[in-house]
Amino acid sequence: MSIFVDKNTKLLVQGITGKEGQFHTRQCVAYGTQVVAGVTPGKGGQKMDDVPVFNSVKDAVKETGANCSMIFVPPPFAADAIMESADGGVDVIVAITEGIPVMDMMKVKNYIQDKPVRLIGPNCPGIITPGECKIGIMPGVIHKAGGPIGVVSRSGTLTYEVVHQLTEQGIGQTTCIGIGGDPVNGTNFIDCLSAFQDDPDTKGIVMVGEIGGTAEEEAARFIKEKVTKPVVGFIAGLTAPPGRRMGHAGAIISGGSGTAQGKVSAMKDVGTHVCEDLGRLGELCAKVFS
Amino acid sequence: MKIHEYQAKELFKKYQVPIPEGSPASTVDEAVSVAEGLGGYPVVVKAQIHAGGRGKGGGVKLAQSADEARKVAGEILGMTLVTHQTGPEGQEVKKLLVEQGLDIKKELYLSIIPDRATASIVIMASEAGGMDIEEVAAKTPEKIIKVFVDPLLGIQGYHCREAAFGLNLPPAAIKAFIPMLSKLYKLFVDYDCSLLEINPLVITGDDAVIALDAKVNFDSNALFRHKDIIEYRDLDEEDPLEVEASKYNLNYITLDGNVGNMVNGAGLAMATMDIIKLAGAEPANFLDVGGGASAEMVENGFRIMLSDKKVKGILINIFGGILRCDVLAEGVVQAAKKTGIEVPVVVRMEGTNVEEGRKILADSGLNLTTAVDLKDAASKVAEIVA
Repeated sequence: MSIFVDKNTKLLVQGITGKEGQFHTRQCVAYGTQVVAGVTPGKGGQKMDDVPVFNSVKDAVKETGANCSMIFVPPPFAADAIMESADGGVDVIVAITEGIPVMDMMKVKNYIQDKPVRLIGPNCPGIITPGECKIGIMPGVIHKAGGPIGVVSRSGTLTYEVVHQLTEQGIGQTTCIGIGGDPVNGTNFIDCLSAFQDDPDTKGIVMVGEIGGTAEEEAARFIKEKVTKPVVGFIAGLTAPPGRRMGHAGAIISGGSGTAQGKVSAMKDVGTHVCEDLGRLGELCAKVFS
Repeated sequence: MKIHEYQAKELFKKYQVPIPEGSPASTVDEAVSVAEGLGGYPVVVKAQIHAGGRGKGGGVKLAQSADEARKVAGEILGMTLVTHQTGPEGQEVKKLLVEQGLDIKKELYLSIIPDRATASIVIMASEAGGMDIEEVAAKTPEKIIKVFVDPLLGIQGYHCREAAFGLNLPPAAIKAFIPMLSKLYKLFVDYDCSLLEINPLVITGDDAVIALDAKVNFDSNALFRHKDIIEYRDLDEEDPLEVEASKYNLNYITLDGNVGNMVNGAGLAMATMDIIKLAGAEPANFLDVGGGASAEMVENGFRIMLSDKKVKGILINIFGGILRCDVLAEGVVQAAKKTGIEVPVVVRMEGTNVEEGRKILADSGLNLTTAVDLKDAASKVAEIVA
């Protein structure tokens, strides 16, 4: 089992004919993901390798039965692409694009709120159910199929680091999700924690947070109320100066809120195993999840 | 991106938001001539730097005559203004804003910000104007009114009335405030602002509502559609190394320590800084070369780190995913040879083709120490700078 995506997921790629879109589509295909369609307005009728390209998401869904979309569209057009997908009938949207204006994402978030669709990202590495499908830009090879651990993170390469350490310890993963580093995003920690809690194959959860916002504090409250599976947490940015945007648009301590210290103590207070030394995260997981 | 108060007020003027009469000045003579043109004293002379807390630092002064205007303009212009936001090194004042003095009856606080948790635009207002709003929020949160606006709907009359009545405005001021708030909201949305703050917003003796101060920040991700705002950028207000890094799309932030570090990906970069600290050393910077860094970006990153003379050792932490470790190792070696690195460098890499990558580093003949994992890397670099 897994959450949100599995071997039956049929993927369409928005922006498939661009450099990034092409490269990562090929990587996903090589991993075993069913990539059934691409969308690039004006290039309908063409093919990218063996993948048929359509002018719109609606056409692609109608012709191929795609139920998930992965977005590589550049920032000025990405919000439009997300809303097109939400309107086009897919169940899951994975927005990889980094640099979408906050104003655009606020509109997107309100627009999709009442629609039966899940948005993952933007500004994220994507989602992978090891051994079944990879929808994103993460290196498939570092993952270990078969579970029993679910991983959710706001970061990209930091998630790879965490997954790599799990795999080194012989601990496999059910699903790994990057929810993205932007201040306004789709799926949040609570959505993932809740899904992992309900997934019978997931026996424990690793949650990787960072400075900025209050998502980790809200997740901690949710863990206290609803999560019975063990959770290992890590928060990046203990040494980050206030008021500075640390690479991710959402990673900023403002007005004394969003500090790593605050998040670490919120998570500790609810019994989460907080790892303070990233170098030893794998060891801690081996201990907690054994 | 931040802009100066006088620039923010130019935007206010464009949106017909009432501001005091005044103009910017770059010299003392210019300041005096602006003061003389305002039609009477007192005038206010305000230092134009990006940091807040200017008044407390001595950067805002009243003048009752042309002579006094000359004197205070001379004091403020060229001074190194230290506020709680500039850090101890302060910021040199290169520009002034000279404005008419107002008959102030009441000071209010007003701001507009995006609320990340609710994905809405929130208007914050308080009768406790002129004070540090973070302090008000911490001590007396009930004194802050919050009005949430759905960005798809936009601001409506009732939003403005909610704020106006919440501020206990006198009837004449309510009439002025409602269209003003509506215009401020429009400015906020039109320009993709990340913060619009007026502290204080004042009610004058004749119940006019005027923006005495103006602070406007912009979402950097949206600057592609606001070329006019990019013109407002003042490089003097930014760290020179950060300006240099931004030319190459590198996320670089100067810090106080002596361990330079270069990492691919923002989350891993923050975690690397943390692990340096945990090992007993202090990071000299945050440097994210991006999840898919190229050899060229690595080279520029090296050059920028090395121009910080505090740096006594460097830690490179790369998690090679899509980007293979052997390609990165080549980039590191090339960059090291080109830039002539004089400080010890510890390299930790992991991921695709890591063995090949390590071999390239080992065979390079450079003064590079290879670390097997993160713990090892942090302790090795901490040892070097100890």
